Amino acid sequence: MEYINIFLRSAFVENMVLAYFLGMCSYLAVSKTLKTAVGLGLAVIFVLAITAPVNWLFRKYLLEEGALTWLHPSMANVDLTFLTFIAFIAVIASMVQLVEMIIERFSPTLYNSLGIFLPLITVNCSILGGSLFMVQREYDLPEAIVFGIGSGFGFFLAIIALASIREKLRYSHVPPALRGLGIAFIVTGLMGIAFMSFMGIAL
Amino acid sequence: MSEVAEAPQKVREPLLSKQNRKLLSDPMDDNNPITIQVLGICSALAVTTQLKPAFVLSVCVVFVCAFANLTISVLRKGIPPRIRMIVQLVVIASLVILVDQFLRAFAYEISRELSVFIGLIITNCIVMGRLEAFAMANKPWPAFLDGIGNGLGYGAILIIVAALRELFGAGNLLGYPIIPQFMYDWGYMNNGVMVTPAAAMFIIGLIIWWQRSRKPELVDIS
Repeated sequence: MEYINIFLRSAFVENMVLAYFLGMCSYLAVSKTLKTAVGLGLAVIFVLAITAPVNWLFRKYLLEEGALTWLHPSMANVDLTFLTFIAFIAVIASMVQLVEMIIERFSPTLYNSLGIFLPLITVNCSILGGSLFMVQREYDLPEAIVFGIGSGFGFFLAIIALASIREKLRYSHVPPALRGLGIAFIVTGLMGIAFMSFMGIAL
Repeated sequence: MSEVAEAPQKVREPLLSKQNRKLLSDPMDDNNPITIQVLGICSALAVTTQLKPAFVLSVCVVFVCAFANLTISVLRKGIPPRIRMIVQLVVIASLVILVDQFLRAFAYEISRELSVFIGLIITNCIVMGRLEAFAMANKPWPAFLDGIGNGLGYGAILIIVAALRELFGAGNLLGYPIIPQFMYDWGYMNNGVMVTPAAAMFIIGLIIWWQRSRKPELVDIS
């Protein structure tokens, strides 16, 4: 029950994109068509689901104060938390590189349509944000896995929603200069305001 | 006429040739990182509730962007493509740590106010986006100029958005009250929506609208 709760919270109530406005760049740039949006959404689910537990292990067994006691008892008061950012980013970068190789190998068309925004998943704030939230909320390992999948799923849903709205918007009378990116910004702002109504709901 | 056309191309071009000046000026308007390339939105939403952090952050981003571009461009032939992201991030992270330490040593007050945001320059897609798109394929000097130009273009949008949000959200600019007390006495109220990130989305949307109605060729129909 606890895990379902964490999943629903991370996917809906505390949605990375629409509640915290993290990961905006790729969210806005890759949501032109539904197909690429689905591809990016799946890649983000994959990366988040892996980096959250891996970073949890990194933190538990390398970075925290006293984490290195398994190596030698004399290292009990070594505190490496100041390396948190770099360690997390390095894990994320290597995961994204892996995803890039997989996509390039199995779906060259998707690889081309994602373009520069595939490597930019590395600096997608929602990935690093996911790891940092996980530390801040003191999840244990299974909770971290569920949280990673949940946040990724939230991103997936949000980007699909925006992509579908943008596909419909093509048939509506938007002022010419506002077409494309401009209206996407404003729609995202409205979606964010709508999501504020979820704030504070506890399941 | 013909002698101009036949002038040898590979004479050393002046440091600020026409092409290089274009690298500096393009990102300010026609190729702005935020409104055209869609890079660096997250920080544009997070730090723009007030003008001062937005200004300091823009200066830091100009520095990091320029020197990261320069470093990667110098190293570009030696970086194996399979691990390029990690190399790029190491360069960015070390520059950000440099900025952080510098601010701590010489401007401790500002550094305390900004602590989190400085660290977040690492995940600012502008820096890595320009590394991927420009520095990996160009010579050091143009790459350096491209970094400065994009940093400035980013800063310009950041400052516009921050000024509007601080003015209408808190009635201040740079922390000094701008909207006089009698306006409040007459029933004027600060706009609470301006403090939320959604307001930044609306303002950037309006900037895009203004920019593209001025230059219709920038509109992409999709």
